Amino acid sequence: MSSDALAIETAGAAGKPWVETLHEWVTTVDHKRLGILYIVYALVFLLIGGIEATIMRIQLIRPHNDFVSPQVFNRMFTMHGTTMIFFVVMPVLFGFANYLVPLMIGARDMAFPRLNAFGFWLTAFGGLLLNLSFVSGSGLYGAGTAPDVGWWAYAPLTAHAFSPGHSSDYWTIALLVSGFGSIATGINIIATVLSLRCPGMKLSRMPLLAWMNMVMAGLVLITLTPLSAAQIMLLVDRYLGGHFFDTQAGGSAAIWMHFFWIFGHPEVYILVIPAFAFVSEIVPVFSRKPIFGYPVMVAATVCIGFISMSVWAHHMFSIGMNSKANTFFVLTTAAIAVPTGIKIFNWLGTMWGGKIIFKTPMLFCIGFLFQFLFAGLTGIMLGSAPFDWQLTGSYFVVAHFHYVIVGGILFALFAAFYYWYPKITGRMLSESLGKLHFWLMIIGFHLTFDVMHIPGILGMPRRIYTYEPGRGWDTLNLIVTLGTFIQGIAVLIFVVNLIFSYFKGRLAGNDPWDAWTLEWAVSSPPPVYNFAVIPTVESRRPLWDLKHPEDPDSRYE
Amino acid sequence: MGTDWLVVTSRAACAIIFLIGIFLAARLCGAQSSTPNPVPNIFEPHSTPADSIDELSRFVLIITAVIFLVVFSLLAFAVVKFGKRASDNDREPPQVYGSNQIELAWTVIPILIVVILFLASARVIHGIQDAPKPSTAIDVTAIGHQFWWEFRYPGLGVVTANELHIPVSETARPTPTFLKLLSADTDHSFWVPQLAGKTDLIPNRVNNMWLDPHRTGIFLGQCAQYCGTQHAKMLLLVSVDSREDFEAWVRAQRQPANHDEKENAGRRVFETTACINCHAIGGTAANGRFGPDLTHLMSRRTIASGAAENTTENLRLWIQKPDALKPGSLMPAMQLTDNDLDALVWYLETLK
Repeated sequence: MSSDALAIETAGAAGKPWVETLHEWVTTVDHKRLGILYIVYALVFLLIGGIEATIMRIQLIRPHNDFVSPQVFNRMFTMHGTTMIFFVVMPVLFGFANYLVPLMIGARDMAFPRLNAFGFWLTAFGGLLLNLSFVSGSGLYGAGTAPDVGWWAYAPLTAHAFSPGHSSDYWTIALLVSGFGSIATGINIIATVLSLRCPGMKLSRMPLLAWMNMVMAGLVLITLTPLSAAQIMLLVDRYLGGHFFDTQAGGSAAIWMHFFWIFGHPEVYILVIPAFAFVSEIVPVFSRKPIFGYPVMVAATVCIGFISMSVWAHHMFSIGMNSKANTFFVLTTAAIAVPTGIKIFNWLGTMWGGKIIFKTPMLFCIGFLFQFLFAGLTGIMLGSAPFDWQLTGSYFVVAHFHYVIVGGILFALFAAFYYWYPKITGRMLSESLGKLHFWLMIIGFHLTFDVMHIPGILGMPRRIYTYEPGRGWDTLNLIVTLGTFIQGIAVLIFVVNLIFSYFKGRLAGNDPWDAWTLEWAVSSPPPVYNFAVIPTVESRRPLWDLKHPEDPDSRYE
Repeated sequence: MGTDWLVVTSRAACAIIFLIGIFLAARLCGAQSSTPNPVPNIFEPHSTPADSIDELSRFVLIITAVIFLVVFSLLAFAVVKFGKRASDNDREPPQVYGSNQIELAWTVIPILIVVILFLASARVIHGIQDAPKPSTAIDVTAIGHQFWWEFRYPGLGVVTANELHIPVSETARPTPTFLKLLSADTDHSFWVPQLAGKTDLIPNRVNNMWLDPHRTGIFLGQCAQYCGTQHAKMLLLVSVDSREDFEAWVRAQRQPANHDEKENAGRRVFETTACINCHAIGGTAANGRFGPDLTHLMSRRTIASGAAENTTENLRLWIQKPDALKPGSLMPAMQLTDNDLDALVWYLETLK
């Protein structure tokens, strides 16, 4: 199978004028190239969002600091949140899904290649539009450019009375445009997984990565639509005299919150389920065992997908819902801990009795496991409505969701980069730079986000550009800021590693990790059509079957 | 090798540091010291809603800490125990695909924990949100503005700003304060961690919360829902007074403003400039509602919603150049001559 795949040669890569290369990339409908475009695009925005975070942390390094004005600070947290969620994590996950799903299910491309390109370019231009606001928008009364209403853009702050310029429109339209791109990608992933699996790959034999990305895509379809609807309603309010959210004309601020969070909470799972997917592929390979409890993992993922759509109002415990509504959302929120816990236990079960190899991808996965466990437990605290009345809107909640997004999702993403970079580029990432990256990241992450819980407990609200001395927050904020610098250095080392290894990295070969899924059967990087002959699989680990004909998985499934 | 050990020890260190941090935060000061603590620590409550949240929080913390320790130990054990040794041969370990019994166990146990946490939370939600209002309760309407707090006592005929005075509530004679929360513009959130959890003030919507502080003192908080440019300096101070002090304060606040003939110059400045568009002073022509009521300005410790001490210099600065104290606030720079400014500040300082 693998030797047949190699028969296809990439059409003459060298010696083409750069205009032609550029033209090929811009007009490409190849899932691999679009995947790479998504990933590179997200990395650029990661640096932008990181700079915004650093500016905030410098401002907060001591009380009454005046590194930036309140107006600039408010823009920084709005742009940081919006950029990181919509233009870093979502695109990079879509990028990996695009690149990997067809390869792992034995397909030659996504189901709708042109829709795929359309989705990418919508997302790309959405992000550019958002950042264009820095030079051409204007925001809250008396404030300058770029959106400054927070990444939830709660009504009525976005009403014309409070946000008279155009910066809120940049935010709205950028999310609307990229939202349509995301919906296109969601449709595409579902169609691909359902209709393009190779012979023998029943749903019950599909790699967990494909399963989890399909659940993610379903969530995108269901939850990006209310967000887009809300953005359109907001535009109607601002320009056509609508009063959906205009409280001065009888509109409801709470309706915006419902619309936003019925998107916003499943969004967390849109981001974290693909991270689960990476971990579910990488942990088995580096433990040298199949995933523990495959059917249970699938069931837990689907279960998380459904429950995640019934928990949104736990972001709104403080808005004065009645006690029955609050109680209901405590129940649904606590319930989601069960399938999530099952996943952690299954990864543990996978490592148990294995022979764990501590290469960089596995290190990041281990980091993910510990940190995601911790983030889940602070999530349980926040899910208990009365505890949440104290913690919501404070730095505790900021620490909690950064624990999920940085400690969980970003660590899983780094693992994915180290694991699949050899497949994508044909060269290994440097293992020593990788370990340095990992350890600096661990130190910086824990300095920043462990400590950040405490000012929240001591009453420090989020989104404040400065704070009063003498409330016990000073030293803690200093430590948090120092941790941020260390994380910044770690990410720069990662970027250096990506660039350096692209030119000088060790050649990878088809299967550097001795792995078991179909993408490792083709050359690195894979040929344009992926598989010269569409493979036929007989188990969840087709390459294990090839490597161990005496003891194939197909015997047990 | 050794990487696995490093991973585990560094994790353990982080976890221990974090737990110690939480513990220190909880114990940051003696629980019943005579001077109130400026640290608005949620684990040092002085009012029934905050107390019951504190109790529930400690329960949840203990459960989550136990879960953390158990799962952490299992993960750490797996990482250390099942690391590939240099001496290992190249054979793959036994391939295990799963176990229904184990899956069932780690499904059922979390479900039980979830049920316990749910019941404990539901009890506290009901206890706080559905608490009956005693006839002795004090009513206060709190109105959030960009970027200050308006407090109206409809039963007592008092209007004040930014510094809420409420009586201490004794077990024998409970006098809890019931707050009706409104907003004049954007969303805000009333949060004084030692007295209660936060509740938002949302325009076009009426919210409620209550406090029954057990001890006198000053309790600090601030707006906890992003409300615009100066969200950070929308500070909040609650002065819990003894019954006598509270009654004296109410009596003083109900008086109209002082009128000293000598201060007519400053009063004229106030009444003939834009001040009266936004501010009210009882007994004068000024009845604006957009900014804080100034009838008893000098009874307050701070100005600009806690952004500065209430001193002569700060008053002058606030009137001449509000951006120096609170950039982005809605107080305009008044552009007064030095003489007018002197007279005005002199007048404001008589508003005891």
